[in-house]
Amino acid sequence: MSALVPRSDFSLLSTNPNLVYLDSAATAQKPRAVLDAMNDFYETDYANPHRGAYALSARATERYASARGAVARFFGVGDEACVIFTRGTTDSLNMVASAWGRANLGAGDEVIVTGAEHHANFVPWQQIAIERGAQFTICPLAADGRADVEALATLVSGRTKVIAFNHVSNVLGAINPVSEIVAIARAVGALTVCDGAQAAPHMFVAFDALGVDFYAASAHKMLGPMGTGVLIGRREVLDAMPPYQTGGDMIAFVGDERTTWNVLPHRLEAGTPNVAGAVGLAAACDYLTAIGMDAVAAHERALVRLAYERVSALDDVRVHGPSGSERSGVLSFTVGDIHPHDLATLLDERGICIRAGHHCAQPLMRRLGVAATARASFYIYNDENDVDQLAEALESAKRVFAVA
Amino acid sequence: MTDTSALYQEVILDHNRRPRNFSVMADATVEERGVNPLCGDELTLYLRMDGDRIADASFQGSGCAISRASASMMTSLVKGKTRAEADVLVEQFRGLATGRTAMDDLPPALRAFAGVARLPQRVKCAVLAWHTLHSALAEGAGGAEGAER
Repeated sequence: MSALVPRSDFSLLSTNPNLVYLDSAATAQKPRAVLDAMNDFYETDYANPHRGAYALSARATERYASARGAVARFFGVGDEACVIFTRGTTDSLNMVASAWGRANLGAGDEVIVTGAEHHANFVPWQQIAIERGAQFTICPLAADGRADVEALATLVSGRTKVIAFNHVSNVLGAINPVSEIVAIARAVGALTVCDGAQAAPHMFVAFDALGVDFYAASAHKMLGPMGTGVLIGRREVLDAMPPYQTGGDMIAFVGDERTTWNVLPHRLEAGTPNVAGAVGLAAACDYLTAIGMDAVAAHERALVRLAYERVSALDDVRVHGPSGSERSGVLSFTVGDIHPHDLATLLDERGICIRAGHHCAQPLMRRLGVAATARASFYIYNDENDVDQLAEALESAKRVFAVA
Repeated sequence: MTDTSALYQEVILDHNRRPRNFSVMADATVEERGVNPLCGDELTLYLRMDGDRIADASFQGSGCAISRASASMMTSLVKGKTRAEADVLVEQFRGLATGRTAMDDLPPALRAFAGVARLPQRVKCAVLAWHTLHSALAEGAGGAEGAER
């Protein structure tokens, strides 16, 4: 199985031909098309967008607006103004927890998250619940790491105001049953907030058909630049949400005593926007669309299935989460009693990049009963040789540490 | 490719597999906890001081091979040392991990950790036990807990 895209599209990978990069769930490498698009904005159309009276500023405004359109199409959003550019998933989720939470949560209300959330979709909800005197409830997990929807159905009540959950787990690659969770939430009138950081790079999100109220994603995990992301919301909930930050760009009229707000999306994008970041994200969306998200998903599933078979066949290796065919391109495992950090260092000596640690998911580590795991993650530039290298390196690590 | 590693030399692997002085000390006079919040490594260091001398040293905890081997070797080395002698070792080891100490100045057992200096992301694992010893000695001397950390 070869890579889905030529390695030569990625300067870092082609100048390091022996590098085995298996950490795309942390951040993806950048194709030249993304870097060129950002550079082109700086070299041809760069100015502060929106209020400039001159043609150059109008071109910068146009670049920003057309980037929003491309991102909206990629995420399956019909109403472009419902795509809010942010600094990333963490920023997007904090915006909802803070702005929506402060306006809508009170004593006696309930916030539900799952036990498999990244800290970015856990801590903001835990903290706003403390601040508002709301109850913070953690939905248990099924054996494969997905939300236990039967348990969720019994947890919710009229007091439940919001259910926050991941589309795909950053540790397990488990894909949550979004429509079932949405149905449970709607039955009690609760909002749904979906952390899509690990889904958007790997599958067509189809936001308008998904049914969630809010969806968050990061550009840098889907070939785009760091420091850029999106919050997508249904228009009714975005319109009802107070501003997150105030300042330039987001106002309509500033009086001495009162201020009125601009319309969406500007009302939720205070300050000079990160236009180059948006342009880079749009280029990443175009690059992925040209490949086809079905092809992206199929390639990753095939690779991770192969990796699951190879790695789980090793003695003393425990693979966490779903079996090979039911997961996105993420494989978390532990090898005997070798500490994941030692494993990552041993693999690094062979030029293999994996992640080791708690993956910003300490509540999930407790539920798995481990202090840390090693995680290999796959993307469009990985191939079968990368899986072979991983499996061989794990066998070697076992011999070095004399595990069984 | 052979199953060898620049960092995981046999002496480190041996101390990881069979850590020395890996026990709770019932009659410890100083007990100090050390934690690496980023990676979750944690250890408790036990010292039994006899005046100015470390009569006995042991540790407990969980962590990676580097942190465990480092604590195992450290507790073996400092037994019988005076506070001042142990302080010198602490400084030498911290210097090794940050590339300031010449290899020849170190007790041979510790030279296995030279590879750590080339891995900034693992230095914290190697020095955890030594930072903890530094705090324990400062505390045992009546100094402020955690001074200089």
